[in-house]
Amino acid sequence: MRITVNSEPVEVSGTVADLLEARTGDRRPSGIAVAVDEEIVPRDEWARWPLQDGQVIEIVTAVQGG
Amino acid sequence: MSSVLKIAGRELSSRLFLGTGGLPNLALLPDVIDAAEPGLVTVSMRRTSSTAAGGLLETLRAAKVPILPNTAGCLSAREAVLTAELAREALETDWVKLEVIGDETSLMPDAVELVEAAELLVRKGFTVLPYATDDPVLARRLEDAGCAAVMPLGSPIGSGLGLLNPYAIEAVVAAVSVPVVLDAGVGTASDAALAMELGCSAVLAATAVTRADDPVGMARALRLAVEAGRTARGAGRIPRQAVARASSPMEGRIA
Repeated sequence: MRITVNSEPVEVSGTVADLLEARTGDRRPSGIAVAVDEEIVPRDEWARWPLQDGQVIEIVTAVQGG
Repeated sequence: MSSVLKIAGRELSSRLFLGTGGLPNLALLPDVIDAAEPGLVTVSMRRTSSTAAGGLLETLRAAKVPILPNTAGCLSAREAVLTAELAREALETDWVKLEVIGDETSLMPDAVELVEAAELLVRKGFTVLPYATDDPVLARRLEDAGCAAVMPLGSPIGSGLGLLNPYAIEAVVAAVSVPVVLDAGVGTASDAALAMELGCSAVLAATAVTRADDPVGMARALRLAVEAGRTARGAGRIPRQAVARASSPMEGRIA
């Protein structure tokens, strides 16, 4: 299925944790937050939150900023 | 005049807050933090394509400074609320420096969206520190919305122009009972001292430090300036007057 991650189209299947593993090599990276269709997915839900076709995902972390 | 700054019931160790944006080399950050001894350190939230943080969070956690995420770059209340919620989840803090700008050129706060975002975030349990214009009416609206502090700008973000309207900053201080944190525009130590002399409870500086020739030196200068300005405020400046007033006795002079 096709979802949008940080504005880019991505082919994936599985859960939020699967997506994070594919992108970061870690199923539970620290300092990261995930939103699916503008809804926050709490860290403890990542492993059991199924992704669905057409969803819009944001994966963010802290960077230097004022 | 209490010496310890409290925001939302939490004691902060210093009245200088430090922004991390613009530092050319992250390796400088520990020394900058040592020199600034900041009460809070701000970070921004951005999309990531790889592993977390790139060392920034590790550095801040090692320095044991409280992290204040901001919503920099957000142009609407909706974006700012989502960004704050992402920050809360990523960083495990419900404090947020709320920024909603009206355009990407002036970087000036959008007062209408700002108040709406503040109300939404307070309702969601956030401790909200909004970046605002130097407007006492807006400051009161933000306090009424439940904000824990207000952060008026001295001049545009990153401009280094200092406090362009000190009378407005004084008016903001007089208008609200929550702490006032002078936010944008600090260029050098005297700007920070002036903000404190005008009654601000704290000063946030980012670019002034991170883009100085010597960020560590400027961090130290701002820490001292905040302390000096705070002390001067407590000591009470003399009234300004347009004519001279001798401090030496006029009697007994050698004619």
